[in-house]
Amino acid sequence: MTLKGNAWKFGKNIDTDAIIPARHCNTSDPVELAKHCMEDADPEFVHKMQQGDLIVADSNFGCGSSREVAPISIKAAGVSAVIAKSFARIFFRNSINIGLPILESAEAVDGIEQGDLVEIEPAAGLIRNLTRDEEYHATPYPEFLQQIIARGGLIPYVEERLSQ
Amino acid sequence: MGYTVAEKILAEKCGRDEVSPGEFINARVDLVLASELSGIVAIEEFEKIEGARIFDPDKVVLVMDHFTPAKDIESAEIVKRCRAFAKEHGVRFFDVGRAGIQHILLPEKGLVAPGDLIAGADSHTCTYGFMGAFGAGIGSTDAAAAMALGELWLKVPESIRLEYHGQPPPWVGGKDLILHTIGEIGVEGALYQVMEMTGESLDFLSMADRFSMANMAIEAGAKTGIIPADAKTKEFIESRNNPPGKAFQSDPDAEYAAQYDFDVTEFEPFVAVPFLPENVKPVSEVAGLEIDQVVIGMCTNGNIEDLRAAASLLKGRKIHPGLRTVIIPGSQQVYLDALREGLIEIFIEANCSVSTPTCGPCLGGHMGVLAEGERCVSTSNRNFHGRMGHRDSEVYLVNPYVAAATAIAGTLSSPNEFVVEAA
Repeated sequence: MTLKGNAWKFGKNIDTDAIIPARHCNTSDPVELAKHCMEDADPEFVHKMQQGDLIVADSNFGCGSSREVAPISIKAAGVSAVIAKSFARIFFRNSINIGLPILESAEAVDGIEQGDLVEIEPAAGLIRNLTRDEEYHATPYPEFLQQIIARGGLIPYVEERLSQ
Repeated sequence: MGYTVAEKILAEKCGRDEVSPGEFINARVDLVLASELSGIVAIEEFEKIEGARIFDPDKVVLVMDHFTPAKDIESAEIVKRCRAFAKEHGVRFFDVGRAGIQHILLPEKGLVAPGDLIAGADSHTCTYGFMGAFGAGIGSTDAAAAMALGELWLKVPESIRLEYHGQPPPWVGGKDLILHTIGEIGVEGALYQVMEMTGESLDFLSMADRFSMANMAIEAGAKTGIIPADAKTKEFIESRNNPPGKAFQSDPDAEYAAQYDFDVTEFEPFVAVPFLPENVKPVSEVAGLEIDQVVIGMCTNGNIEDLRAAASLLKGRKIHPGLRTVIIPGSQQVYLDALREGLIEIFIEANCSVSTPTCGPCLGGHMGVLAEGERCVSTSNRNFHGRMGHRDSEVYLVNPYVAAATAIAGTLSSPNEFVVEAA
C-alpha cells in the first residue's frame, strides 16, 4: 500500500483535546467528528486539507486523554497517515487498533516542510519526500503489531482469536 | 535478576514466571472499565465482533461520569445506549446518583485490589497504582477486545524509580510531589514507562495523596504509576472490607531505566501553569494572578481528605466576590461523608457551588466551562489549550489548599500567605 499527499506540520505535544475538543465528543459518528479534526490546533485545518494529506508533527503527538475519537476524527477527515517523532502511548495503540497508519521518524519530521508532497509505504516504513527528493525511514513495527495491522485492526484479530 | 512490581503483575497475568521489558504479551485482565464517552465507541466496536460474548459480566464496568447528569440530548442518547447494553449483557453499570468519578468509585466499591490488572478506557486508569495495582489506560477498541477476550495486548514497559525523601512541609501533599516530578522529567519524561513511586515521604502521605500522585502518571507520558502496597494500603483495604489482592514488591536487584531522587523537605505547593502539566512553578512565583474560577475536586483531588483540606481554610469565611468556586466531590459516598462532616455547609456558607459528582468541567464538558480569556485554578490534572472550555482560557493546576486560599483571596495564593493575611 502506497499513500501520497501533502504535509501539514504541527509542533510538539499536540494533545487529544486539540485534535478533537471535548465539546465535540458527545457523538461517536465519524462524519461529525471529522468536521472538527485538529480544531484547537488549527481551526482551519479541515477546510484547507485535501483528502490523502498527511499530518507531520513533532514529539508526543496525541498526549492526554484516551479518547479514541481523536484518531477516528483524523482518519474520517481523510488524513492518510500521521508521521511524528514520537506518539503518546494510548494514541499509538488506538491508531493501530483502528487502522490509521502512523509512522515514527525524527528524520522525516525534520526533513519535511509544510506543503511538501510526501509518499509513504507504511508496511515498509518508507517515507519519500517527492518535493525535496529525499527518503526517510520509520521505526519498524514489531511483529506483534504487524499482525494486527495486516488484519486491518484489532477487531478482525479478535474475531480470529475467538474462532480458534 | 530481580523484577519490578509492574513486571511481577504482568508475568502473573500472562501465566509466566517472568516477563522482560519490550516483549509483547496478551495479559488476562481483572477488570475492564469505560465511561459513557469511551464506552459508546467500545460498544459499537464490540457489536462488530461476530459471535462476541462478554468474557465475564462481573468484570466489565461502565461508569456514567463524563457528561453526566446528561449535559445535552446527544450525551443523554449515549448514556441511554450504554444503559441498554449493560442491561442486555449484564455488565456492572453505575448510573447517575449511584456513581461518581470512576477512579474514586471503583476502589470505594472494592472492585480493584493490589496486584490487579485494570484495563480502563480512560487515560487516568493509571490512578489504581495508588494501591499497588497496574491500571492501564486504553482506547475503546481495546476495551471492546478486552470485553470479548478478557485479555489486553501490551508491550511490557520499562520501569523508572522515583524516590521521595523526607517529610513534606505543611500545605504540601501528593499533588505537589507529582507536579514537581512532572516539572522535572517533562510530559514525555516517562513515555511508555512505569513510574514506580517510593521513599519515606510516602509514609507521611494519606492514601488520597498517593491517589493524586498515581493519577497524574499519564501526564508524564507513563504507561502507569505504581506505589507498591504497604501497611497503609492494607489498612485502607481492610477498613473498607475490600478484597486483599496481592501486594507485590519490587526485588532489590530489579532493573530500572532511570532513578530519580527528590528531597521534599523544602518543597512549597506547586502550580502547573498553562498550557502543559510540566510548566511547574512554586506557588510563591505565580501568586497574585487574577482568577475567575476555582474548581476543587475532580478525580485527582476529589477524595474526602481533599475536601477536608479545602474546608479547613474555607470554614467561617466567604470566597472573594470577584470569582466563583465549584466544588465536586468524587463520588456519592464522598458527597455523603462531606455532608455528614459538615463540609458541605462550610462550602455553601462560603458561597461555593457544590456539584453532584462528574468529570464535567475538567474536560470542558459542563458544570463550569470557561469563557474566552477566563482563568481557572483547579485541582484537576490537565491544563492544555481549551481543556476547560474556550481555546483562549487558562487552567492552573494546584492542590486543594492552594485552590481554597485562592478562592478566598481572589488571586492565585499560597495558603501560607493567606493565613498570615487573615490573622
